[in-house]
Amino acid sequence: MLGHEFMRNAFLAGTFVALACGVVGYFVVLRAQVFAGDALSHVAFTGALAAAAAGIDLRIGLFAVTILVALGMGAAGERARVDDAVIGSFFAWILGLGALFLSIYTTSSSGGGDGTAGVRVLFGSIFGLSASEARLAALLGALAVAGVLAIARPLLFASVDAEVAEAKGLNVRLIGLVFLGALGLVAAEATQAVGALLLLGLLSGPAGAAHRLTANPYAGIALSAALALLATWGGLAFSYLVPDVPPSSAIVSLAVAVYMAASVAAQRAREPKLESVSS
Amino acid sequence: MHIDELFQFHFMTNALIAGTLVAVMASAIGWFMVVRQQTFAGHTLSLVAFPGAAAAALAGAPVFVGYFAACAAGALALSAVSSGDGHARSLGHESAAIGSVQAFALGLGFLFVSLYHGLLNGLDSLLFGTFLGITDDQVLVLLGIAVLALGTLAAIARPLLFASVDADVARASGVPVAALSAGFLLLLGLAVAATSQITGALLVFALLVTPAATARLITSRPGLSLALSVAIGLVVTWVGLAIAYFSIYPVGFYVTSLAFGLYVLARVLR
Repeated sequence: MLGHEFMRNAFLAGTFVALACGVVGYFVVLRAQVFAGDALSHVAFTGALAAAAAGIDLRIGLFAVTILVALGMGAAGERARVDDAVIGSFFAWILGLGALFLSIYTTSSSGGGDGTAGVRVLFGSIFGLSASEARLAALLGALAVAGVLAIARPLLFASVDAEVAEAKGLNVRLIGLVFLGALGLVAAEATQAVGALLLLGLLSGPAGAAHRLTANPYAGIALSAALALLATWGGLAFSYLVPDVPPSSAIVSLAVAVYMAASVAAQRAREPKLESVSS
Repeated sequence: MHIDELFQFHFMTNALIAGTLVAVMASAIGWFMVVRQQTFAGHTLSLVAFPGAAAAALAGAPVFVGYFAACAAGALALSAVSSGDGHARSLGHESAAIGSVQAFALGLGFLFVSLYHGLLNGLDSLLFGTFLGITDDQVLVLLGIAVLALGTLAAIARPLLFASVDADVARASGVPVAALSAGFLLLLGLAVAATSQITGALLVFALLVTPAATARLITSRPGLSLALSVAIGLVVTWVGLAIAYFSIYPVGFYVTSLAFGLYVLARVLR
């Protein structure tokens, strides 16, 4: 399986995308910002299509727009947390813009349009990465992981109890902004691998499972990254063996399966305790 | 370019009638969705419509059957995973659960699309909507659904609002909060499935959340803001359809831009 170059590239990029999604996802779930992550993945879609419609490199649009919007969302909300109705209204419009860029791109022949850019951005093309793209994805993934781990302690504190953290002199707003910036980076990067629409599965599935299985934050972060890695490797291998199943579908299905298994396990573990309390 | 031109063609009259039904239903039910802070759940339901439609195309069944079956299943799955007691810790769990439901649905949808190779051209309109080719039958089905959904909503509106604003007090005074919550998600699924056919799975959200968010910025009186939400939904749909008729760009772009423009205006003027 690893004899093919596209598989080696897919494993290299997938490994670091999974690590980044697992680590950042842990905090996304802790801060109940899954919806913001979801919105950012749609922003990534519009950014990439805007770049495609303008005829410039997809990735420039992807990264610039996603990170800018992440920071903007943080700046608009209080303590860099964002209200659901605001996110919803905003990203409904962003998706509408995406539809516009998609139709400009597909109707203009000058952009070198092959009509599949929309599908590629929405659902990813991890088997189509070149060696240099895979190295870049790995580098950015490592960067996001390092950035979030560097602020992990204050970020945990600010996420669990913002008031107390602020009283202790922590700049909660700045931490929230840095975190949203990292989330934007991960969203833009993962869009290439699993696509804008499927990013959420890697972000919330393994992290949600880790939150169910352990209350210890550092064990949780490690577990979340490990589960994301498992889902990505498993999904890539499965898709290689069964070519009818696209890799992003396989990865996301595994990530969700991991979450469901963890939920059931956590439920089982909790039930006897509840009985002993009531009796 | 004349406005009467809009009503000359049968397909355009159908589009306007369907748009009207969908706008009223989506903005009324969307208003409750925003009050109940179930925006993320609503978005997830709208994306669940996509694998439903793709699966129906793969199986050779009518696409609208896929929309409705998938949205009903999605609503039941969401009401199973959401605990709804509103504490910060369970909020994180709940959003992870909803996110997982959504991701799984999209993964399935993409699988169906790639199994059914012919759909690739239709994928854009499945996701971003089209107002062309709405048949008389579709309009009739939409009418039936709108009457059913709005009738049910009117019947449960008072207890639903009570349960949405203060679940604990409502539960204490004997309101069946859990049943209302599941019933509302089913209604939301119904509205989303109907709306998806016009606006596409990705843009339903513009009609669900934006008119309601705008109306709630303008007034805090529940009845008035509900009515205003429906009015905004109607206006953006009509104007969006009219502009799209005279232009080459997709209707979804105009509807979402108009709705968002009104929202920004309401925020700035406040």
